[in-house]
Order: sequence, then C-alpha cells, then structure tokens
Amino acid sequence: MTGPAARDEVLGRIRTALGSSVPAGPAPGGHAPPADPAPRAYRTSGDLGAGLLLDLLAERLRDYGCTVRRTAHGELMTAIGEALGQRGARRIVVPPGLGLTGLPAGTEAVADDGLSPAALDGVDGVITGAAVAIAETGTIVLDGSPDQGRRALSLVPDYHLCLVRAHQVVGLVPEALARLDPGRPLTWISGPSATSDIELDRVQGVHGPRTLDVILVEPEQAGQPGT
Amino acid sequence: MTTFLGIPTAPRGVGHLRGDEPFPVAARKALANTQLRRNLGKATATIRAKRAAVVAELPDWEELREAGRAIKAHTMRNLGHYLTELESQVTARGGTVHWARDAIEANRIVTDLVRATGAAEVVKVKSIVTDEIGLNDALAQAGIHAYETDLAELIVQLGKDRPSHILVPAIHRNRAEIRDIFLREMSDVDPGLTDTPAALTEAARLHLRRAFLSARVGISGANFAVAETGTLVVLESEGNGRMCLTLPDTLITVMGIEKVVPAWRDLDVFMQLLPRSSTGERMNPYTSMWTGVTPGDGPQSFHLVLLDNGRTAALADETGRQALHCIRCSACLNVCPVYERTGGHAYGSVYPGPIGAVLSPLLTGVEDNASLPYASSLCGACYDACPVKIDIPSLLVHLRARHVEETARAHRMASPEAVTMAAASWVMASPARWAAAQSASRLGRVLGRGGRIRRLPPPLSAWTAARDAPAPPRHTFREWWRKERGGRP
Repeated sequence: MTGPAARDEVLGRIRTALGSSVPAGPAPGGHAPPADPAPRAYRTSGDLGAGLLLDLLAERLRDYGCTVRRTAHGELMTAIGEALGQRGARRIVVPPGLGLTGLPAGTEAVADDGLSPAALDGVDGVITGAAVAIAETGTIVLDGSPDQGRRALSLVPDYHLCLVRAHQVVGLVPEALARLDPGRPLTWISGPSATSDIELDRVQGVHGPRTLDVILVEPEQAGQPGT
Repeated sequence: MTTFLGIPTAPRGVGHLRGDEPFPVAARKALANTQLRRNLGKATATIRAKRAAVVAELPDWEELREAGRAIKAHTMRNLGHYLTELESQVTARGGTVHWARDAIEANRIVTDLVRATGAAEVVKVKSIVTDEIGLNDALAQAGIHAYETDLAELIVQLGKDRPSHILVPAIHRNRAEIRDIFLREMSDVDPGLTDTPAALTEAARLHLRRAFLSARVGISGANFAVAETGTLVVLESEGNGRMCLTLPDTLITVMGIEKVVPAWRDLDVFMQLLPRSSTGERMNPYTSMWTGVTPGDGPQSFHLVLLDNGRTAALADETGRQALHCIRCSACLNVCPVYERTGGHAYGSVYPGPIGAVLSPLLTGVEDNASLPYASSLCGACYDACPVKIDIPSLLVHLRARHVEETARAHRMASPEAVTMAAASWVMASPARWAAAQSASRLGRVLGRGGRIRRLPPPLSAWTAARDAPAPPRHTFREWWRKERGGRP
C-alpha cells in the first residue's frame, strides 16, 4: 500500500481541478452520494414471450458458432450423451452442485477437489449450469454457484458444455444485470474464444475452450402443442 | 511540467504518450507505406461495417449514448467521491488499493508487488494503461519478464514494435510478417509453421499455455470499476484475460482514475455500448467481473492501482475534461479519414486516432503533443461514432487555441497566428489596403501547380507543412465584378 501522501495528493488535485465547476454542497469525497442525473430512456425489459426468447437465444448462440440443442428436462441425459459423444469427450469435470443423476455410459466424471490448472488441462471437458442467459446478445453468464464451480473449471478444459434452463433466460442486458449478484465472480460468455488479430480474419478457439455447446432445457410441457 | 492550476501532467521520460517526431513528419513516412495503407483500409472498412450493422439492431442506441454521456459527465464532476467509494468497497472485499500520482510511481508500486511474491515472470492481459506508463520496461529493469498474452500484443511484443490501434494493435502487420516474427522469436515454435491465421493463432496458444498454467502473478487493466460494489470489469475475446484474471495467486490491476463508474446499473449502458462500438459484435466472447477476493476461486491476493498520470490535469480543463469519458472502443479510429491513411504509429502515443489527438495532449500538456490537435480535418465522423458522444472536433479546436495561447505566453511574444490575424485585421479595415493586398496575392500563382500550393515561403510555410494551400485565382472577386457588371452594384 502506498502511503497516504499519494492518495491525498490525487484527491487534492481532483478538488483543485473541479474547483469552481463543482456545485455547492458536499465536497467530492464527502458522504452524501450525488444524485444520479443520467436519463435512462433505454429499454430495461424485453417484450418477447418465453418461446420466442429461447428461439432468439438459440439463433444468437449459433451465430457465434455454438452448437445448440433444445430438450425437455426428461430428455436431458440423452442430449448430454449426444453432445459428449459427438465431441469424443470422455473425462469430464462435473461441479459438485450440478445435480445430474449420473453421466452417460462411457463417460468418467472428474470431481473438482482443488484440481490444479495442469490437471484441468488434462481433462476432455466440463459440464456446467449457468446463472443467467441474455437472448438479445447470445450471452451466458456464470456466477460460480455450486452447479458451475469455480471459474477455472469452465476455462482451462478445451470443451465446455453448458446447460441453460428456460427460466434463466432474459431478453436484455439490463434484465441480466438486475438478476446478478455483483459480489460473485461473474463470467459472461458469448460463444467460444475467438480472435481477429491477424488481418481481421476471425479464428475461433484461442485460449478459452475452443468448443462451446449449449443445451437449452425446456419445461416438460414445451414442445408438445395441443396437450 | 504543470498546466492549469499547477496540476502536474504526465511526466516526460517514461511511458509512451509522446512521439519522437511531430505528426506531419511521421504521417508522411506512414503514407509512403503501401502495405500499411492496404491493411488499415481493409481493417477499418471491415470493422465499420460490422459496427454499423449491430448498432442498427438496437432501437434505443441513441438513448444508450445519451445515458453513457450523462453518466460519464456526472462521474467526472464527482470523481473524488466515487474513487473513495470504490476504494472502500474493494478494501471491504479483501482487496488492497494503491494510489499512483504518475507513471513512475505506478511502475514502482507494481514492481514492488511482483517482487514481494518472488515471481520472475508475470502474465498480462492487454492493457493500454500499462503501455501508457511503460510498465513492461520497468519490470524488465527489475529482472521480471512480462508475457503479453493477447495475440496482437504478443505480436507487437515479439516484433519489438509499438501498438498501432486500440483494439487490434498489430493491424499494421500482415500474416507473412507475423509468421517471420514467430519463427524468429518463439523458441518452441514448429519450424514448418504456415502463415494462415489459424496456424499462427495455434502457435500462440501453445506458446502461452505453459505461462498461463504456471503463472503466479497476473497484471491487467480495467474497462470499468463500479464504485457502489467495488466490482472490476474486463472485456476480451480470446480467453487470455480469463486466464490472467483467474489462474494466478496474485492479481494486480492498474486503472486510470477516470474508469470508475458510480453504480452497478451503469453497466446496463456500457455493456451494450462498448462491445457494439468496439469489435462490432453484439457481445464480446468473454467478460470477467470480480469484486475483491473470492475464497476458493481465483487470485487470493488482489491489488488495485489507481493512476493519475495527467488525468487530473485533463480534468482541470473544463472543456477538455470530456476526453476522460472515453471507454477505449476505437470506433473513432475506424471512421477517421486521417487515421485510415496514417495508422496509429504516426500519433506517437499509445492513444492514436481522433481520441488520441485530444487525450494525449491533455495528459502530457499541449506543448508536448502540439501537432496532434491539428491531425484532423474536423470532418466530425468521430463525434457521430462515439458511444459516449465526446465532441472530439470541438476539443481539437479548443486544444489548437490552447496551443496558440500557451505558445504566446511561453515566448512572451505574439504567436505567428496572432501576428497574421492582426495583420489581416489592419488590411481588411481599409478598402484600399484590401484591394492592394488582393492584387498582390496573385503573385502566389507562381507557386501553385494544378491549383495547389504545396510549400509556401516562411513564415507561411508553417501552414503548408501539414496542408496544401489553394493557388490564388487569376482575378479577385472585385475585379471580376467590375469586368462583368461594369462597376454597377
């Protein structure tokens, strides 16, 4: 920590700089929080129904190069088996609170008992839940809850399979922020890692997982029109 | 040096805010580089089109811009309040906050923190502010190697080069050049490396993997810091940011004091404005948000360095202050006809393009970047593109005026501009003098070629150093009128 001298000097410079342009009242650095004058005329809630919301999320995720499967809760294990099978992923990290009753045959669940980065680098992939998903931007947010585990789990393995439940999907960025707890470590994910640093050619897959698959888990009655 | 009100600007001799030569000289060299112009033309056109498409998707884009502008203006008017609020929130969540008056102090703080861990290398997220203060040089002097982990920054670092764009710093390099740099500088690279972007990206992935997995110290900048909650925010694409922010035991974040935003809900605005303006995506692939230290998840030691380095001097300029609203999206670079042709190096500072032409002189004092406010045709495209509505053209004009006034004051004599204006006023005050002067100006035709004058004799050469002047017409307007209308009104 620097001594108080630098802190006092920077805050003093700010007071000097603002000088006469600061309205009378508590000095900057005082206690009263200044009133927020920002006009917030932007959209803070979306207008899509549940079905269209999921359609939009799926479309936007596919736009980023994700494979998206939509399934009813009862068929979840089949969808997971399909995804893992297609990617040839056998050793999978599973966070403690994911709540799956098992994994498809031939898949080995690796528990996170403080796995080192090198150990995480040695597994084939990870399955996590999510905290919130944003349809308009095709974004999934993880918040480190027990069904997602610590941040390294969804980062180091090269394959990430993410389960998003219908009730977690919102339309807009402001709706997501209203649901999130800033005190938790948050990771916003919009497609697999990518770069356009060489001649602006997009290359998918750099340091984060090179493959992101998403399963949208819909309530049982979904997909059964007329019943 | 000091500026208004005795507030110090960013010190000389450290970091990268000043070029070795004035903009017009550097620009002439850049203009001669056809490869550079091709790369820049392609890059800026591509990002412009992507940005336009995703901005058009949002029905409330203008409302978001206005909210962004208002939040930033409000923050600057209450900067001390929000910085102390941020400090107490970060501290309450287990982080340590340091204050740095300038680049030298920030470099010393970071170097001491790294030394205290005993680490001989650090991994870095792309961060313009650490480039501004020359942190890598300072670390190297202390025997600490900094791995730049963003692909473009890695290319720049390995090529012993300077960034040329805020978002895509290696845009001046083509694939063949990058392949050569990798083959020369990466000890672990496959000698059969091809020059496809996918192969080059894979080489960088493998090169950095070991550094990430064994890193003990990570260093980052910050896109936003929320005073209300103490939350830091970093946006990125490759996952190198997540690696640096998650895997090391110690995380050191350096941020300019202007990056603080008051409230959590302010991210409503900036998490929409920044990705769409910057990469032209609906959302960038990865954003990390963290608050202090989370037991069992990520770095268990977190240090936040709050950097002034000329920002309070910029704040003291009531007009110039709005340059501090910048969220570093680079949209103004991509729409700028000057940047598109000269590229970033000509600006001499880590902040290039229209925003750099105002921000750099504000941070260093105008006399140290005196040519930058003139590096513009004032076309206004940057103002239209800016997601927080910074009126860059007005700032450029304001800084030109400051330059003229400060030069006059410093030399205790009238500046060339003032002398010219005084002379013009004397001439124009009398019809006879005006007519005589107009006739005399025809002499200028001998200097012109194709209607343009490329170089006027001194002292007017100062004007043509950066611009062509039109050759004077054959007749003055008054002569033409007399000839056509025979002196009738």
